[in-house]
Amino acid sequence: MNIVVLAKLIPDLVEELEIDDSGTALDMTWLRLIINELDDHAIEEAILLKERTGANVTVLAPDIEGVDDILFTAAAKGAERLIKIVGDYESGVNNHALARVLTPVMKDLQPDLILVGVEAHEDLDGSIGPLLAGYLDLPFIGYVASIELEDGKATATKEYPGGLSVEMEVTLPVVLGIQVAEEPPRYVAVSKVRQAMKTAEIEELEAGDFDLAGGPTIDRMYQPEVSEGATIIDGSLDDIADSLIGIFKELGVQ
Amino acid sequence: MTATAAQAPNPSISDTFYTSLFEVDNGERIRACLQCGTCSGVCPFGYLMGFPPGRMIAYLRADRFENVLESDTVWMCVSCYACTAVCPKEIPLTPGLMTRAKEELLLEGNVPTELQDALMNSQRYGNPLGESPRKRAEWTKGLDFDIPTFREAKRPVDVLWFVGDYPSYHPRVQLTTKAMAKILRVLGVDFAILGPEENSDGDSQRLAGERGLFEMLAEKNGKAFGKYEFNEIITSDPHAYNAIKNEYPKLGINFPVQHFTEFVADRIDELKPHLKDIGERRVTYHDPCYLGRANDIYDPPRKLLGAIPGVELVEMTHNRTNSLCCGGGGGGMWLDGFQWEKAHVRLSEWRIQEAVNVDADILAVACPYEPPRFEDAAKMVQGAGRLMVKDIAELLADSLKMEE
Repeated sequence: MNIVVLAKLIPDLVEELEIDDSGTALDMTWLRLIINELDDHAIEEAILLKERTGANVTVLAPDIEGVDDILFTAAAKGAERLIKIVGDYESGVNNHALARVLTPVMKDLQPDLILVGVEAHEDLDGSIGPLLAGYLDLPFIGYVASIELEDGKATATKEYPGGLSVEMEVTLPVVLGIQVAEEPPRYVAVSKVRQAMKTAEIEELEAGDFDLAGGPTIDRMYQPEVSEGATIIDGSLDDIADSLIGIFKELGVQ
Repeated sequence: MTATAAQAPNPSISDTFYTSLFEVDNGERIRACLQCGTCSGVCPFGYLMGFPPGRMIAYLRADRFENVLESDTVWMCVSCYACTAVCPKEIPLTPGLMTRAKEELLLEGNVPTELQDALMNSQRYGNPLGESPRKRAEWTKGLDFDIPTFREAKRPVDVLWFVGDYPSYHPRVQLTTKAMAKILRVLGVDFAILGPEENSDGDSQRLAGERGLFEMLAEKNGKAFGKYEFNEIITSDPHAYNAIKNEYPKLGINFPVQHFTEFVADRIDELKPHLKDIGERRVTYHDPCYLGRANDIYDPPRKLLGAIPGVELVEMTHNRTNSLCCGGGGGGMWLDGFQWEKAHVRLSEWRIQEAVNVDADILAVACPYEPPRFEDAAKMVQGAGRLMVKDIAELLADSLKMEE
């Protein structure tokens, strides 16, 4: 059983986002990157499946600054194989392009199961899971919260809005978009990650040229604008409280 | 069970663990454990731990340490040094046995989820709160004078002020940080801060079993210290103080450090002329574990409080070496939910009750974990409605403000 997890690094919202001079993209100068949280869940789900079934886990990620850390962390959790996809990401890439680049890579790896976070906050052209499944001509199930593997089949529990869950049986290979792992992603001690840095190896594969066709063209990217009709009350806590009381009284609150 | 047992061809988990305890300063004293049980009796959470220190040692001797690794109640240890302070054989129970046990649990993956978040944040952002590292000096913005960073100062400075995590980011604790800044200014201290170059001191992460993370953070701070010229470090955080004084030197990071209360107590004669009457106040002082028991600093904080006109200092039942822990040490700061689930009591409420019992107007503290912990607790304790929680720096700054 071969499980391949695709993990992406995305802007960390702990820092405020800034728009670059072109006005159509994020300013990457000060941006911090972080593993897409749902991809972290996909890695955890893969490791849980490995612990249950003895599957092999490969983690694959675009070669963006910080990728070594997330791959070595995955190795410390139990992933056997680490691969980064080297390419020119700086001039811009979208999920369509990435999915096309990953298609031959995935075919070579011959996975029984491909796991990927069901979405990422920077998905401007749709999430990557269904795109990848499309190019690979494989079935896709998204919003998956647990997986059982048996006899060349997977039973995926998919979450729907309104508190509904549905179990779906699907023949492998399949691409699953992970909403949440069965356990919260585990913490691995820094000493174990440092150990993995000494022992694990990261393979490098060339992405080749990115073909952006199918993705959006961005005319303008901007911060949310304060709309009219809202009053922002500034000042000390006491001043704000006084103004609020005044407003409530004016509105007739007794 | 002897040290040589671990050198046998197939040492058991108990053997390997027992031998590893000898690497801690005075660790070999564990051999002398009398099984008197004093440690387990004095432990604030000992009554609900599956393996309080004495019992853990008994299990080690019986070659059954694997039972300890299956338990999660080791995480109730708040690294408060209460057991270490009373042990008649002076075994380093907190820094040795309990911390090593947490390290083993962490490696096994037996870690409460809420603690994992704080550790992950410390790894990612250099602070357990998960705040932006770029905003570490943002607290200085509300002041009417400048707080220089070393990068801006571009010159040798007398004092490096290691601000710390909670003093930098926690909205309540920032008030104490600003108070400290005012006092340094009145004293005319030539100081600078590291700003975004500062990382968590890492001590509570270390005591929560994450030694590798501690070393990573210490290395980053050591590098930042090494970049600049200064004579000494001061900090308001007893945990940072403990790390820089006792732990960083073991990693080759050697810098003189003083706790803020020591530093100001040495200069109290310069400050006294500026201190004005704050009105009659009954003040009681809570000895933080890492200032008191771990580092024997009991008098400077009391000296400062005694210097404030109007303050009447009263002692609570538990004071000095037998002070009570606020519950925040050794990772406890990040285990409130876990502790509540196990205990359904908060150590901080016990402390507030003692302050109420001596009829105090103000509970004075000297550790950044405490203002939010004790203020929360005061809301839950009957009769604590009028009790104020103030850092010593805040009381001093209040007394200075009267002058203006």
